[in-house]
Amino acid sequence: MALLELIDLSKNYKEIEVLKNISLEINNGEFLTLLGPSGCGKTTILRLIGGFEEPSSGKILLDGQSIDQLPSHKRATNTVFQSYALFPHMSVFDNIAFGLKMSKTPQDEITRRVNEILETVQLSEHAHKKPSQLSGGQQQRVAIARAVVNKPLILLLDESLSALDYKLRKEMQIELKMLQRKLGITFLFVTHDQEEALSMSDRIVVMNKGVIEQIGTPKEIYEEPKTIFVAKFIGEVNTFECTLISQNDQEAIVQYEDKSFMLKTAKTISHDVNILIRPEDLRVERKFEDVRSPNYFQTTLEQISYKGTTIDLVLKLKNGNIILASEFYNEDSDALGYTIGETLYVYWVDGWEVILDAE
Amino acid sequence: MLNNSLSRFAIVSIGIIFVWIVLFAFLPQLLVFIASFLTKGSQQMIEFEGNLENYTRLADPIYLKIFWDSFVLALITALLCLVIAYPFAAILARTSVQWRPILLILIIIPFWTSSLVRTYALIAIIKTKGLLNALLLWLGIISAPLELMYTETAVFIGMVYTLLPFMILPLFASIEKIDPRLLEAAGDLGAGFWNKLVKITIPLTMPGIIAGFMLVFLPALGMFYIPDLLGGAKNLIIGSFIRNQFLTFRDWPFGSAASMLLTFLMLALVAVYYRSQKVVESKDSA
Repeated sequence: MALLELIDLSKNYKEIEVLKNISLEINNGEFLTLLGPSGCGKTTILRLIGGFEEPSSGKILLDGQSIDQLPSHKRATNTVFQSYALFPHMSVFDNIAFGLKMSKTPQDEITRRVNEILETVQLSEHAHKKPSQLSGGQQQRVAIARAVVNKPLILLLDESLSALDYKLRKEMQIELKMLQRKLGITFLFVTHDQEEALSMSDRIVVMNKGVIEQIGTPKEIYEEPKTIFVAKFIGEVNTFECTLISQNDQEAIVQYEDKSFMLKTAKTISHDVNILIRPEDLRVERKFEDVRSPNYFQTTLEQISYKGTTIDLVLKLKNGNIILASEFYNEDSDALGYTIGETLYVYWVDGWEVILDAE
Repeated sequence: MLNNSLSRFAIVSIGIIFVWIVLFAFLPQLLVFIASFLTKGSQQMIEFEGNLENYTRLADPIYLKIFWDSFVLALITALLCLVIAYPFAAILARTSVQWRPILLILIIIPFWTSSLVRTYALIAIIKTKGLLNALLLWLGIISAPLELMYTETAVFIGMVYTLLPFMILPLFASIEKIDPRLLEAAGDLGAGFWNKLVKITIPLTMPGIIAGFMLVFLPALGMFYIPDLLGGAKNLIIGSFIRNQFLTFRDWPFGSAASMLLTFLMLALVAVYYRSQKVVESKDSA
């Protein structure tokens, strides 16, 4: 059974619908991420679960019990706030002990559990400092420790890493994931950073404008996006707006401008269709003889950027549209030898494209 | 050039304030200080004969009781103001930005009228045949008019009414500064209304509480016309006592000594206040 269930949850602020009929199940022990651009409603979901806002309609079930009428202090959830919201007048120890004191835990157990979690987050020697004496990363860890020490059924993390700089954020992503495995607590994480979502989550919920666009594992979300929005929000993607010419039960022929593509698919395709291809799924060749697919483009190289592990190419089609291709960098690759203005042939391996009916 | 004229402006403006304070605050205080060591004259007001008798006379239990009563009056006034002002300031701080100025103006408007005039207005309200009794009788809440005038209750009503804004404003300023996320975090960790108040809001607004307390307590200590008018001068307090020494008994040196004692008392409290502020600040930055 799902640990947390959102059933038909909606939230309006005055006239504005922030969330529209959200239904979602979160499994016990799962690392689930709500991903979307700012204003998509992902933080609102977190605040509804945490009890800081009331839903306009719908239900929230935690462990089978309806919690939507409970005030936040009676819910078995804890939140790590985006700004950390550490109590400035209390030491690190007292900050972490706060929840245990509220639940009237015996003093010796408080001391034991707080010290234990301080060790886990490697802050033992800072126990008596005030939050303002700590660095951003340390404050972040106090905020996490303060929440998880209460052993919540579910931990809610609101953009918890976005205030940190890039390197620290990467480290904290790994630490957070390890902490989640160690504690076995269900994490509901909110972020607008798709890379963060992909690397940490068991499942991702992609949201846009108050609705769920897609729920799936990072791999599913990346490789089989269900909507153009998901495809474009998660990583780079080249989109080709095509029209269907003919289809049988094995393949379809579509037209893109003056070219036609043969797609190996059994799926029924509507008249207007989008073909999506990730930049790293495109193959680039100098000579036409090396092209291994009837689905190819002749392009002009506009720009090269060296990214360390990949080389990103900006290519211009004959119709003026721009496409992106990424080549994995290796010493033998001839990609670095390309010159701007050069003619290059681009194709993709059959079946690596994503076919989406136009919306 | 600009710097020069700026500094000239600074010198002039600060100079004016400085001269003003020296002429109208420091010099009179100095005269009072000197007078407190002189002797009451039979012909003139003061005879230039130095002694400490004025101060030793103040040690008399009768006078000490006056100081003590005044102290208690001021303390209770400050505590009442705190209890009444805190919820008000809290609500004010959480009021939407568009209504807040209106509430703030309502607090400040009374300052536009002399507080002596407002005290007479208060008499018109709370006297036996006043507006308050008329209203309560009409509503049927009481069957006989309340005898409020010339009681301690009347004195406290007057004191609290007059000094309340001095408590509300610093409290408002400090409550407004609290990040609402801190209260959400406290709630999230299991704190209900009282725990949020006691563990988060009050500790974080301590500077405002202390500031408001001092702003009410110090004026309350020297206030004499409100207890006189509303309390019927039944219990002598420092303010009226000092006034009586000057205007009724014509004993300027003794009145000066009492006045100086009050001044020292206040200075001591201000010193305590500054120290407490420093402790709060160093706690913040530490």
